[in-house]
Amino acid sequence: MGIVIKVENLGKKYIISHQQERYTALRDVIANTTKKAVKKVIRKSETLPKKEEFWALRNIDFEVNEGDRIGIIGRNGAGKSTLLKLLSRITEPTSGRIKIKGRVASLLEVGTGFHQELTGKENIFLNGAILGMNKKEIQKKFDEIVEFSGIEKFLDTPLKRYSSGMYVRLAFAVAANIEPDILLVDEVLAVGDSEFQKKCLGKMDDISTKEGRTVVFVSHNMGAISKLCKTTMLLDNGKISDYGNTDNIIKIYLMKNLNSYEDKKKLYYGTLNSSLILSKIEINDRINKVIISPSEAININIYGENKVEIPGFGLTLSIFRDGIRLLTIHDLKKPENLPRCKFISIFKIPPFFLRPGEYSIAAGGYCDKSSDWLWGTDLLNFTISEEWDGSYESVNIGYVNLIHEGKRILLK
Amino acid sequence: MLKVKEKINNSEDEGYIVIEAGKSEKHYWADLWRYRELFYFLSWRDILVRYKQTVIGIAWSVIRPLLTMLVFTIVFGRIAKLPSDNAPYPILVFTALLPWQFFSNALSEASNSLISNQSMISKIYFPRIIIPSSTIIVSLIDFGISFILLAITMAIYRFVPSWKMVFIPLFLLLAIILSLGMGFLLSALNVKYRDVRYVIPFIVQFGMYISPVGFSSSVVPDRWRFLYSINPMVGVIDGFRWAIIGKGVSFYWPGFILSIVLTFLIAIWGFWYFRKTEKTFADRI
Repeated sequence: MGIVIKVENLGKKYIISHQQERYTALRDVIANTTKKAVKKVIRKSETLPKKEEFWALRNIDFEVNEGDRIGIIGRNGAGKSTLLKLLSRITEPTSGRIKIKGRVASLLEVGTGFHQELTGKENIFLNGAILGMNKKEIQKKFDEIVEFSGIEKFLDTPLKRYSSGMYVRLAFAVAANIEPDILLVDEVLAVGDSEFQKKCLGKMDDISTKEGRTVVFVSHNMGAISKLCKTTMLLDNGKISDYGNTDNIIKIYLMKNLNSYEDKKKLYYGTLNSSLILSKIEINDRINKVIISPSEAININIYGENKVEIPGFGLTLSIFRDGIRLLTIHDLKKPENLPRCKFISIFKIPPFFLRPGEYSIAAGGYCDKSSDWLWGTDLLNFTISEEWDGSYESVNIGYVNLIHEGKRILLK
Repeated sequence: MLKVKEKINNSEDEGYIVIEAGKSEKHYWADLWRYRELFYFLSWRDILVRYKQTVIGIAWSVIRPLLTMLVFTIVFGRIAKLPSDNAPYPILVFTALLPWQFFSNALSEASNSLISNQSMISKIYFPRIIIPSSTIIVSLIDFGISFILLAITMAIYRFVPSWKMVFIPLFLLLAIILSLGMGFLLSALNVKYRDVRYVIPFIVQFGMYISPVGFSSSVVPDRWRFLYSINPMVGVIDGFRWAIIGKGVSFYWPGFILSIVLTFLIAIWGFWYFRKTEKTFADRI
């Protein structure tokens, strides 16, 4: 098994100019050059507009062997996508070098180059060609692609009449059937329903284990990464912070991602900002790196100090996931007078309610007698670990798990 | 010392694609060959999309040259009474419209092609030059349709074209090279400076009036003729007229040679600039 990807001292620098316009316009260039020329005659020195260098990736070294499945994880902006773009030759590195052996296909987006006016069949050929297949290969794979996508009936329908689900299915079906030596996949599985996602993951697994192809997979989905990849790279601020066994790396990543409340004190807004101080948030008696098993109840304690009496005050807590507010709860059923004092507000969330994943807490308070308020977001993160009872896994999809009653009546 | 190191590396790099900053790829032409099918597919897509609503697609290719011919014939032939080189005026105009409309369509399509395919450029690797090149095909098909119109017009006027028509492909080739060269340059500039696209319609419109489309270049005084040929399309259009109308049309060699030289210079410049900037397209677009 030889090395198929070798990356040495790789770096990519972007230059961010602090101008308002998104695009450079030729007229501005002409105008500025003229201005500078005029200014040069009048005065000798002129300060250039400020430009800032930004290294999206720096000093990256790694090797990938044939048939390896490498996961890449990291926060937004850590450089994951930039790395894939460099590997797939979409953009040029600023420093260092990459050596790649074999045919590379990159899947940074599903349905690149799809055209709305063309039919499903026409788009299969077009997209296949864009992904680097030739006509013969596409024809050979055509039936497989159609079967995988499950849209036989709509092959002659223009793409503009497709639902978004059908669109994704078709796009992934084409992508999954390209046969490169190295497959680079970005966060493309985030779209599509979970059943289809599973099918795609299965396909990627096959590509690697049965056909011995190399897969580099970027995802935020830790479940998918741990299922697919043995080795994982953790990127942080454009550098490789950890590289190794997937399970270990995921743990390191989750721990890093969990902040402590102390770091985020200044994130409050509102009219009560100076008089009401929420000094500490504890989740199950911990103030940082909180990982909770699904079977544990979640106790959240918010410690506060109030300096001016507030009539009719309620303390509120919201839980967010992926930027979506899942729920909002209050410490008291009805707002009550809060005197000058120190206090603790206690919230309890039952076990098996939140599903595995990363959550963040927002908290604050409001006064129902005046318009005074306080609010802070992203105060503390916590993770619900993946130790869910296996039997639930395939059928329970979503952010929360509801203990409910259901039954079935069979009618004759 | 550096050279020695490079040599050692080269032997190690056997079978690998090496991606390095600022290094032009050794595999450029091989890559272009490997992606040749993408060229067909993109052209095929453009044609399909263009003629999908068949009636409008084809009607447009017919109406535009017909109306332009009509207007030019009336303005230059009837009102200004310019000489027609022994051919019916509509035919004189049409022989020029053929290459001119090809050039203007090809140039506009090619120049905007990178911007209109930006999602592909930022998500997939392939030799970028395929995009502006593949747009030429649609313009060639329009050219074919116009050619049929010319044949019909000639039949109506009972005009027998010259045997020199066999040279038309050569002049067409010159127009292709010119529009590709300018297309490469303008499409690459368009990525960097987004207001270039406002310049293109101007070039096309202005160009039509300074090129001998509505009139014969024989109206240009002889001493200005060479200077007039600085516009490479003059050579192409004169060539078309010489090849189709034949008798009575003299071939002005110095101007034609100037057109050829300038066409190739523009093509080389355009290609050079495109290659120089193509690696930054994904970052800028």
